[in-house]
Amino acid sequence: MSESATLPSAVAPARTSSSWEFWGRWLVVPYLLIFLVFVLYPVCYGLWLARHPESYVKLFEDPIFFRTAVNTLVFLVVAINVKMVLALLLSGFFIQTRWWIKIISALFILPWAVPSIPTILSVRFMLNPEWGVINSTIFRMTGLDGPNWLNDPTLALTFSMLMHIWKSLPFWTLILLAGRMAIPSDQYEAASVDGATTWQKFRFITWPSMKTLYLTSTLLSMIWTLGDFNSVYLLTGGGPADLTHVLATLGIRYLRLDQVDLAMASIVVALPLVLPLVYYMMKRLSK
Amino acid sequence: MKRSFLKTVTTEAKLLLIGIPVLVWTLVPIYHMFLFAISARDSATSGRLWPQEPTLQNFDFVFHQKHFYLDHFWIQMGNSLLIALTVGFLTLLIATCAAFAISRLKVRGGRTVMNLALFTYFIPAAFLAVPMYKTMGLYGLLNSQWALILAMVTIASPYCIWVLKQASDKLPYELDEAARMDGASPMQLFFMVYLPLMVPSLVAVGTYSLLLAWNEYLYAFLLLSNDKSVTVAVALGNFLSADDSPWELLMTTGLIYAMPPAAIYYTFKRYMVSGLTSGAVKS
Repeated sequence: MSESATLPSAVAPARTSSSWEFWGRWLVVPYLLIFLVFVLYPVCYGLWLARHPESYVKLFEDPIFFRTAVNTLVFLVVAINVKMVLALLLSGFFIQTRWWIKIISALFILPWAVPSIPTILSVRFMLNPEWGVINSTIFRMTGLDGPNWLNDPTLALTFSMLMHIWKSLPFWTLILLAGRMAIPSDQYEAASVDGATTWQKFRFITWPSMKTLYLTSTLLSMIWTLGDFNSVYLLTGGGPADLTHVLATLGIRYLRLDQVDLAMASIVVALPLVLPLVYYMMKRLSK
Repeated sequence: MKRSFLKTVTTEAKLLLIGIPVLVWTLVPIYHMFLFAISARDSATSGRLWPQEPTLQNFDFVFHQKHFYLDHFWIQMGNSLLIALTVGFLTLLIATCAAFAISRLKVRGGRTVMNLALFTYFIPAAFLAVPMYKTMGLYGLLNSQWALILAMVTIASPYCIWVLKQASDKLPYELDEAARMDGASPMQLFFMVYLPLMVPSLVAVGTYSLLLAWNEYLYAFLLLSNDKSVTVAVALGNFLSADDSPWELLMTTGLIYAMPPAAIYYTFKRYMVSGLTSGAVKS
């Protein structure tokens, strides 16, 4: 491995020509400045703010925090797995060549391409207990009042997860679709000749070549979902009674209440989960 | 013959059985927004799939700023545009320079720079927002649009550098060799060989960062607060704070705000899809 990595530079003429090194250094300076000023310094400053043990005591004593931790775990385990399985299945649908599937796939990407705030607010209005379209329809059909959807913590969190899936499913479907398209089609043709069923084709051709991509995508999605503020904040605002917060919204809530030490502490407690994921992803992608 | 016909029909029926729910699922929130936008104030929630008397009155209200929530609509639209364009331009500039230095000039420490960028890319956005907000305060940038611009450049550039590096690693090194044999300077190589070959990836990356900045809510909401300096996203969020908000105007504004990114996405779709997925598949 290391041999093949050093080979190109050994073949290429020695790159000592100083103007090349000079320009190379100057061209990375803008990004390095951005990194130092807006990533490294804030991260160090944030960790420094989170240095007091009392912050963690206060955090663990806050009943909202425990609920938030549970919500975050549920969000990660349920929403991400449902989303990735759906994305895997749908990538099998979108790989079919039909004129109408092309149209659907063009529209399917919309949730990802458009900003989240208008669409999330649109769903929020649909769920309005008095005049939202869902409860109006229930009332017209049955004469009964529909449930107060976002006033029930379980339902509210479920809708936040659905919102998250609605928003990010297209992206992951696209990624997994690209993975499927990279599988040579003659493998499927050969399998068909041998009389393989659809399931067997998936089990023995599709899955073995996609599982690394699937795993990487799931882990990456986990990291990003931890930072998904919009799906929860814009739909439920963390309510009712702060019962539907996730770590992303709780940190911002503390920040808005001017309790930065708590905000940072709530992030630091997630680091044991985040850092191994980040480390693994960096190793994968920097290869 | 008959059997194969029957088989075709069942396959198509199965596909439709997936396709229709997928289409409905995707379009319901968007169509609901559209329905609000073309309905008069009280008829939007009637449960009809098409309003009895569709109207463009809401658009007239928004475009002529005829509600106090909309007092600064055009300024806010301009803010969103200006911020998105600046972020797109700066990100493209910074990411292209970095990717060129790392991938083509093979600058010493280039790998470390790439790792720093990847590290940034993997920090959950809402987590970085907390310390970023505090440091923007220390820098005295709060409530300045530069705070949002710089924050978005910080968030957008790592992925752009990575995509551009992947793409430029694929260019044959012989090109550089040939250019150097002919006595080209690094800058000549950059402008005359590198940039023209990278156009598709540059379009993908530029569009990506432009859309990211235009669509951003959290950072915009934290870093900007003055009515005249906020973006449309923040203004839409402000509707939420009141109970008597004019929902139909909110949905109309939201629809108008969502249209440019959709149009841009469709215009550059082929660059976006190949540019953004090529790196992922490789891993």
